[in-house]
Amino acid sequence: MLTLVIFLPLAAALALPAVPRRAVPWTWIGVTVAELALIVAMWIAHGTGGGVSFEANVRWIPSVRAGYHVGVDGLSLPLLTLTAVLFAACALYSLRHTDRVRAFAALFLFLETVCVGLFASLDLLLFFVFFDLSIVGMYFVILVWGHDDRTRSALKFFLYTFLGSLVLLLGFIGLYLGADPHTFDMVELTRTPPLEGSPGLAALTLLAVGIGLGIKTPVVPFHTWLPPAHTDAPAAGSAILAGVMLKMGTYGLVRIAMPMLPDAWRRYALVMLIVGLVSVLYGALVALAQDNVKRLVAYTSVNHMGYIVLALGAAGYAAGDADARRLAVTGAVTQMVSHGLVTGALFLLCGVLYDRAGSYDIGRFGGIARTAPVYSGLIAVAAFASLGLPGLSGFIAEFQIFAGTIGSGTTATAVAGALAVLGILITAGLFLRVLHKVVTGPPGALTSQVTDVRRPELGALVPLLALSLAIGVAPRPLLDTIEPLSAAIVGLVGR
Amino acid sequence: MSFSLLPGWPGGLAVDGLSAVLVATLAAVLVAVLMYAAGEGYGARFYVLMLLFAAAMLVTVTATDLLLLLMGWEVMGAMSYALIGYVWSDSERMQSADVAFLTTRAADMGLYAAAGFAVAGAHSLEFDALAQAGAPWRDLIAAGVVVSALGKSAQLPFSFWLSRAMAGPTPVSALLHSATMVAAGAYLLMRLHPLLDATGWADTVVCWAGALTALVLGAVALAQRELKQVLAASTCAQIGFMVLGAGAGSVGAGTAHLVAHAAVKSLLFLGAGLWLSAQRTGRLVKVTFGVGALALAGVPPLSLWVTKDEVLTVAGDRSAGLLAVGFAASVLSAAYAAKALLMVVRPAEGPVARVPWPQRVPLVVLAAAACVLGVAGLRTGVRPHVWEAVLSGVLAVITVGVVVAVRRVPEPAWAVNWLHLERAVVAGTVHPVFALARALARFDDRVVDGAVRGVARGGRWTAGLAGRRVEFRVDGLVAVVGRAARGLAALARRPQTGQLHTYYAQAAVVLVVLVVVAVLAG
Repeated sequence: MLTLVIFLPLAAALALPAVPRRAVPWTWIGVTVAELALIVAMWIAHGTGGGVSFEANVRWIPSVRAGYHVGVDGLSLPLLTLTAVLFAACALYSLRHTDRVRAFAALFLFLETVCVGLFASLDLLLFFVFFDLSIVGMYFVILVWGHDDRTRSALKFFLYTFLGSLVLLLGFIGLYLGADPHTFDMVELTRTPPLEGSPGLAALTLLAVGIGLGIKTPVVPFHTWLPPAHTDAPAAGSAILAGVMLKMGTYGLVRIAMPMLPDAWRRYALVMLIVGLVSVLYGALVALAQDNVKRLVAYTSVNHMGYIVLALGAAGYAAGDADARRLAVTGAVTQMVSHGLVTGALFLLCGVLYDRAGSYDIGRFGGIARTAPVYSGLIAVAAFASLGLPGLSGFIAEFQIFAGTIGSGTTATAVAGALAVLGILITAGLFLRVLHKVVTGPPGALTSQVTDVRRPELGALVPLLALSLAIGVAPRPLLDTIEPLSAAIVGLVGR
Repeated sequence: MSFSLLPGWPGGLAVDGLSAVLVATLAAVLVAVLMYAAGEGYGARFYVLMLLFAAAMLVTVTATDLLLLLMGWEVMGAMSYALIGYVWSDSERMQSADVAFLTTRAADMGLYAAAGFAVAGAHSLEFDALAQAGAPWRDLIAAGVVVSALGKSAQLPFSFWLSRAMAGPTPVSALLHSATMVAAGAYLLMRLHPLLDATGWADTVVCWAGALTALVLGAVALAQRELKQVLAASTCAQIGFMVLGAGAGSVGAGTAHLVAHAAVKSLLFLGAGLWLSAQRTGRLVKVTFGVGALALAGVPPLSLWVTKDEVLTVAGDRSAGLLAVGFAASVLSAAYAAKALLMVVRPAEGPVARVPWPQRVPLVVLAAAACVLGVAGLRTGVRPHVWEAVLSGVLAVITVGVVVAVRRVPEPAWAVNWLHLERAVVAGTVHPVFALARALARFDDRVVDGAVRGVARGGRWTAGLAGRRVEFRVDGLVAVVGRAARGLAALARRPQTGQLHTYYAQAAVVLVVLVVVAVLAG
């Protein structure tokens, strides 16, 4: 079942050349919706219990004990669902896409397989393969369908994140060699953490894994590939890059770094805490100074992903209260989902702006609530979701992160958490600045070109924001799914 | 109603005596304000936002834990933003909305932090557990709560946002200044009084914050030249009495003042809205506004006279200093109320504007409430000292009388611009933060990304170097090896002459060498 879910989009991509040109967009939408339905069905079947469901383990490269080992649990299911939702939204959003649409659809379907496969992987080598393929796929999305300085941005994105993946591979090899017997199997590595007796090697391995995943997340100072990649990528590409692919970094931290290197994680929790805090504040402040709205949203991603690293760092404080640390981990996973929905929506909204007026410069718009009222309502909701307004998903995530981080009760976590709260004020300031300059006030130079959202765009955006609202008002179905996993992670890190 | 939004952290909604009073007040004021709004012809967006605004206040006052409280609290702030900026095409109004939202959100950070401290100290988010939190968490929770409450209630030093909030439509001001938003801060301090009390310092801080706001913002109100600004500053000052009551530990007196003030202030704002929109107003508006202004002045036997004296009584029981400040603030309130009254009843030219009935009814009902709500104040259990009540009543009447007689009030120049609080905040935080943000953005481009570009350039340079030099050498080395191999091959060809005797000789030589080696090795 899971294997079918992973490879369904790829199969569709391969079959796409046989589909008539006119039917391509609807085929694409159909496949992504079917994929979403299958993943939701898996979630329902899994329920809110602990453990791994839909596990499959096939021999793949027996010489290094790497297998095709996949499965889903409380961590992967929310992210898989997010992936399917975003890919479906992008398919719908691109309904009127005209530029080499068959290749575009095929590439996105390929990327969907890669992303779904990554979140379902229970083997380091398999994870790595999907990790690298995602970089390759996104490189072509930016290179072929991007705009402005796309060649340069795509190359920077590729080289930077590919370098990160090589460092990550070094870390994986460290884990492999540290395990006895040598293995790439995540379940086995989690059961008996490698490198128990050699703290130096464990620290080096954590460093490699941390840098590899940190570049992808991205954390300060490894974030500078992100703004140009986002700015020059097509809207759907940005939405996938920010919504799904950034999660691979933090997902890896929860799935690999924390349970497999618990000793080192505990020892260097302060580093994670500080990196997270710096990302939160630095990302928000730099975003505040941006006049390009897409760059601005890209920097808020650094800020939002920083909260996740902060919370995971706090979870490493074994002396802290276990319930609070569980709250922090649950908040971190919720933030991954929330950021995917909200930032995905924001990037699609930026895409609408570019589609109409060919610019991202907030100084050249103004008063678009007059020409595009529905669009203005959507961007206002998305902005408030991103700045953490209660009733929308960002608040639930960030509240748990703050309460859990501060609440774990050590001096370091309390101080770092309290300082991180400043981030929500800065993001409030920068989003109000955007709303003030773009949506309200007197009309700007490009305002007349901004027509309201079209039906496919609306169809893509409304579900994203509606899900954010649903999580914000009734978070329990999501939180109950994550909760057993957080308890397990806190237990694993604490051993 | 008990439920937990976060698994393992119980909370919920509940209505007790305090909540019930606030819920009823809100419902009453909301009806009055919406009736008034119906006469002005707002669109659907207005009603959606107003109802959400009220719903958020309802969640705030019925929440039993910090999470739900914060949810209502923040949504209320966001809705106030949307309502203040209701006329969104006006950049100035939007800026006012920005200021209001950002100021209250800055204070709200206190509640976010307090929730974290509550998890650490009390292992719970429920109000009941907070007072039992261990040190130093209890003090930290109290500090966070106090900052948030003072921000929401526009107490010093956050007062300036309320001046900005006047940019919203009249019904918004009427609701925001009476039963929602500013009332929420005072409510929270009353709700969490056990926590403030337990710290041993927070209640004193709250008392003085309230008393000083009542005094200083009273002076600000006196100095304002616009009617709406007079009323806005007077709200801060009056909320100061509620905060004083909350800090002094009398939930009853504070609540009574809140309820009576809600009626008075919504009445005054609705009246002021009618007065501002017409050149000349009819008798109804003048009379009802007059009743409201006299109540605001604390003239007996109107409602605020009773409730304010209850607050002063409990404050006086606590310290004489608070009582003195409270009395001074009370005199100021009579003066600014009289000033507002003079502005409205001043004779004007032109035709009398007709007031439609949906707007008349709320004025009359609220005016009646402003008269008699003092009765409700008698059931709070606080017995005001007779001399205090008489003294404050006499002072109010004399002050109003003097102001009306001389037709002018002193306007302290330092208070005209709301103590320059907004300018101080802009110069002290907003500008530095923007400067820092720009500096960091440049740093990000030049240094952080510059380093990455440098590494990339370094990589290209190394590649170029390798291409030109190393590649050349390596290539040369390969050529040398090739030449050497050719030479060796030529050498090797030489022995292969094809003649048997030379092979024989060679074999003999090799054999000799082998023998020698064997002998030496052996």
